[in-house]
Amino acid sequence: MSNPNTSSSGESHGSVSSYLIGFVLAVILTVLSFGVVMSHSLAPTGTLAALSVLALVQVLVHLHYFLHMGSGSEARWNNIAFVFTVAFVSILIVGTVFIMANTSINMMSR
Amino acid sequence: MAQNTTVPTAGHDEHHHENTVVFGFWVYLMTDCIIFGSLFATFAVLRNQFNGGPTPHELFEFGGLGLETALLLLSSITYGFGMIAAHKTQISQVILWLGVTFLLGLGFVGLEVREFAHMIADGAGPDRSAFLSAFFTLVSTHGLHVTCGLIWIVTLMVQLMGTTEIPERMMNKLTCLSLFWHFLDIVWICVFTYVYLASMI
Repeated sequence: MSNPNTSSSGESHGSVSSYLIGFVLAVILTVLSFGVVMSHSLAPTGTLAALSVLALVQVLVHLHYFLHMGSGSEARWNNIAFVFTVAFVSILIVGTVFIMANTSINMMSR
Repeated sequence: MAQNTTVPTAGHDEHHHENTVVFGFWVYLMTDCIIFGSLFATFAVLRNQFNGGPTPHELFEFGGLGLETALLLLSSITYGFGMIAAHKTQISQVILWLGVTFLLGLGFVGLEVREFAHMIADGAGPDRSAFLSAFFTLVSTHGLHVTCGLIWIVTLMVQLMGTTEIPERMMNKLTCLSLFWHFLDIVWICVFTYVYLASMI
């Protein structure tokens, strides 16, 4: 606490400008997501791909500017826990969708 | 001898103890992430099982979704301003920003409850189809988290009132709530992208 630049937990906390940059980026990405769907300018597959990319970028923007995830040595365990969770959730979602789609094809339910 | 070896590290342990409060909360958020991941996986499997009931095109509208998203996004930056004020020990500013964040969050929950009430009144409740069961489970789990966040915000506002400084313990509470609030915003990005927008293509 004696050092005003780092918080007690060792992680950096943002400044007004970094929060504003994050906010503006988030607004632009959100508006683009809505715009892509509302304008019907792309084919359905293209729209879904664009949505996924925009969502991924916005999640990264939020993680960096709002949750202040960094690469400092203090943040090491936070990052390890995060990477494990991302891997776990990816396997969970992709695996579920894959297996259920397969089941559904084999049982000729669609 | 044992005493001698523990004394020099005491200050060091103290320092790490503060780290573990926020890190412990981070680990909780990661487990919460797995809950949401399971619900997203469930929704992904059931998203086309309408059972002859209403489809997303009939149920969802851009206006309400945009307003909900705007409120949550704004509340993220107002909480951030509150954290900046907290690091400068400007307590009245912290309470003010927490209050603004609370109102924005309350607006979000209010809109969501109104949306759910309309859907249920129109016969599109969670019992109508597998799609709607998955939809209500996922979106209301997020809404419930936001509601808990609102209660937490009020609690911290009350605890901050009348104080002149922010001790370490209080700062940890504010930091944990900050992580929680921004985490919910990230979950909402996935909700509006994959639950709403992807169904409205």
